[in-house]
Amino acid sequence: MRIGIDVGGTNTDAVILDGDQVVGGCKSPTTEDVSSGIASALTTVMAQTGVPASAIQAVMIGTTHFTNAVVERRRLLQVAAIRIGLPATKGVLPMTDWPSDLADTLGRHSFMLRGGHEFDGREIAPLDEKGLVEVAREVRARGLRSASVTSVFSPVTAVMELRAAEILRNEVPGISLSLSHEIGRVGFLERENAAIMNACLADLSRKVVDSFRSALRQKGITAPFFISQNDGTLMTPEHVERYPVLTFASGPTNSMRGAARLAGIGDAMVVDIGGTTSDVGMLMQGFPRESAVAVDIGGVRTNFRMPDVLAIGLGGGSIVRDDGARIGPDSVGYEITSKALVFGGDTLTTTDIVVAAGLEDIGDRSRVAQVPASTIEAAIKEMHRKVDEAVDRMKTSADALPVILVGGGSILISRDLPSASRVIRPENAGVANAIGAAIAQVGGEVDRIYAMEGRSRDQVLGEAKAEASAAAIAAGAHPGSVQIMDIEEVPLAYLPGSATRIRVKAVGDLRMMQKEAAE
Amino acid sequence: MRTITAPDLEDIAFGAAVLGTGGGGDPYIGKLLARGAVEAHGPVTLLSLEELPDDAHVITCGAMGAPTIVLEKVPSGEEMLMAMRHYEAMTGKTVTAIMPFEAGGLNSCLPIVLAAQTGLPLVDADGMGRAFPQLEMETFNVYGVSASPVAMADEKGNLALVETDSAAKAEFMARGICIRMGGQANLVNYPMDGRTAKRVSVPATMSLAQDIGRVVREARSAKREPTEALIEFLGTTHYGFARRIGSGKITDIARKVENGWSVGVVSIAPFEEGLPYVIRIQNENLVVEQGGHVLAVVPDLICLLDVDTAEPIPTERLRYGQRVDIIGIRVPPIMRTPEALAVFGPKAFGLMAAYQPLGITAA
Repeated sequence: MRIGIDVGGTNTDAVILDGDQVVGGCKSPTTEDVSSGIASALTTVMAQTGVPASAIQAVMIGTTHFTNAVVERRRLLQVAAIRIGLPATKGVLPMTDWPSDLADTLGRHSFMLRGGHEFDGREIAPLDEKGLVEVAREVRARGLRSASVTSVFSPVTAVMELRAAEILRNEVPGISLSLSHEIGRVGFLERENAAIMNACLADLSRKVVDSFRSALRQKGITAPFFISQNDGTLMTPEHVERYPVLTFASGPTNSMRGAARLAGIGDAMVVDIGGTTSDVGMLMQGFPRESAVAVDIGGVRTNFRMPDVLAIGLGGGSIVRDDGARIGPDSVGYEITSKALVFGGDTLTTTDIVVAAGLEDIGDRSRVAQVPASTIEAAIKEMHRKVDEAVDRMKTSADALPVILVGGGSILISRDLPSASRVIRPENAGVANAIGAAIAQVGGEVDRIYAMEGRSRDQVLGEAKAEASAAAIAAGAHPGSVQIMDIEEVPLAYLPGSATRIRVKAVGDLRMMQKEAAE
Repeated sequence: MRTITAPDLEDIAFGAAVLGTGGGGDPYIGKLLARGAVEAHGPVTLLSLEELPDDAHVITCGAMGAPTIVLEKVPSGEEMLMAMRHYEAMTGKTVTAIMPFEAGGLNSCLPIVLAAQTGLPLVDADGMGRAFPQLEMETFNVYGVSASPVAMADEKGNLALVETDSAAKAEFMARGICIRMGGQANLVNYPMDGRTAKRVSVPATMSLAQDIGRVVREARSAKREPTEALIEFLGTTHYGFARRIGSGKITDIARKVENGWSVGVVSIAPFEEGLPYVIRIQNENLVVEQGGHVLAVVPDLICLLDVDTAEPIPTERLRYGQRVDIIGIRVPPIMRTPEALAVFGPKAFGLMAAYQPLGITAA
């Protein structure tokens, strides 16, 4: 059996799965320390199902904690942004297109050095090792504890980033390093942005992963645990400590994959209503449709492959104003249990509305008895209108599709939606994220530009496939279960015959779960 | 006379992406480079062809190679300046005005960098009126200006000067050097005097790019349908005609490699009843057909815009399920003559279709 946990901004959910069967699930408020929220969710779900800690074979955790930290500019480290590539790249300085408050928070410590590679692996210039030693001294003098290193074409060859890491570790003992080739794909500024954001999370990631560890230990769970990343596959905790940025988009991915599993259909619209926002996306054959454009996180441009999701300001904690005519976009968030009327607070939230309407029984119903019927009706209409409009915008054709409602806030939608062929409210819809995390597989990916001169296409493709499969196995996939999921081959425009960008993704089942299944 | 300041660059980059007709490279990095240059050196003067002195010594400039390379190997920003200095050193001439050779895509912004750095005026014109894949596909070449000498530079300071007897040969030689320069090179070519520039250039394309960006931005903030506003605006320009060829959802994208070029065929199912639209792509969108009937063909511009935002979608970002407006824009008269069509008409791209300008009924 396995446990899936989703640590959101408002709630921490836990589910226990036996194979494909949901044995039980529960929600619990997210706590400031993360750990006690997880522990309390685990206590509830284990008590509810009677599953002992010893029966748990693996724990999968999804979290939006790191995304929220960047968006809220909280608990971020100052970062030495080290770039290797001069004389190239000088035209656009690090953090050029960033929101200035975030760049200020990170201290604007930029360093640029000679080095980097061409698309075919030749050097632009040799790595300036002497310059790097000077940069390291400056980093020490400024008291910086975390650095990002981004070298031109490091997805083709990472040698300069690795050598730079060696030098920096020697010169600045204990420094946390974010190497861009471990994080992103081709696309220099976006990869550098991701590496810098990753570096500013170095302290927080250790603390959060530690709190995961201690929560599990506290509940006597000794099974290995994993954390889900952007594409819905799993990472080891050690990897997340070093590369928290890879979890940035895991929330919507988990929720959509969980929704697909719960509803048993692969093609649908998914509306995930949380405490603060609702994410609307489209499922195609069980996987989220990916965004084709650069994705902004906290105002910073990245090139993560993320589900194409529209977020609107509607959740279970959204504040209701103007006699129900205006909802959100602000929310009481995780403070719902003290601020909402039904919990004894003084703020009218969407949750209060559904309780007042008699649709749900949450908290103390008598505390919303005085909310006027006209306000209740207006607010319910406005909530449905907002969701319907978002679904319509995200659909890719005029045809009506089924809409799957998930997330803790899915109680807000009780009526039909004009844009949907039908509205599906699967059982356990409140914990779809946690289910998505629990069913995650292990993946490996290759995405780089291959020089084609002197090699055949088959040779290059074979090499890329083997490398992606090896990466999946190294990440913990059972070798027999690894499959190539996706191949994308784009010859470089305007350079006939010389180079092709190839992306291969391989996915397999987690090794230990395979073994258990066979026994 | 217009002046290009940093805030104008958003509009220019947007318009350049529309004029890129799916190709020409994402202007994003070009915009950042231009912004940095304008902030460091001050605004750029944009001279109309009428304002350009007859005795001006004009060079045209831009980058060649794969835009994907620029996304990773971000320019130093000094490549074009090195190419221009090399041209001046080798010819003994002094450049007095700068013109983009391509108004579509990334190449719209790079000449702004050079103009800002040198303090020279930028001529509000170009040789393509859109994006094209090859250096000989220029009105300059069509109307008799030699592409040579072509001065080339990369960010490492490697320089080359190419002299050939035809623009097509210059393209062939330069592309070889471009690969050795790392897949991307900056170049200065088609030197000419001001009088000639007035005769052989597609006029007012930089200001057109800026106006396209402005019109869409203003329509968005006025909650007007941006594509509608864009089409209406284009009808009032010297391009003279644009229309929505159709709207629909992308149902299929087939990409393959032919002679080293990335070739694609996109099928779009109309929202209303009807046969699918089929668009053939080779770097740019070349032709759109429905039921075997040609609706628009190169050199007229075929642009795929997001139905809601009017954001132009580059060919490499086309995906199944996207909802798009197919917009056709007629090119101005200088690009529609028999001489021009011989260089960048349908035949030059191996297409059988005869060119029929949009908005003009066949006789």
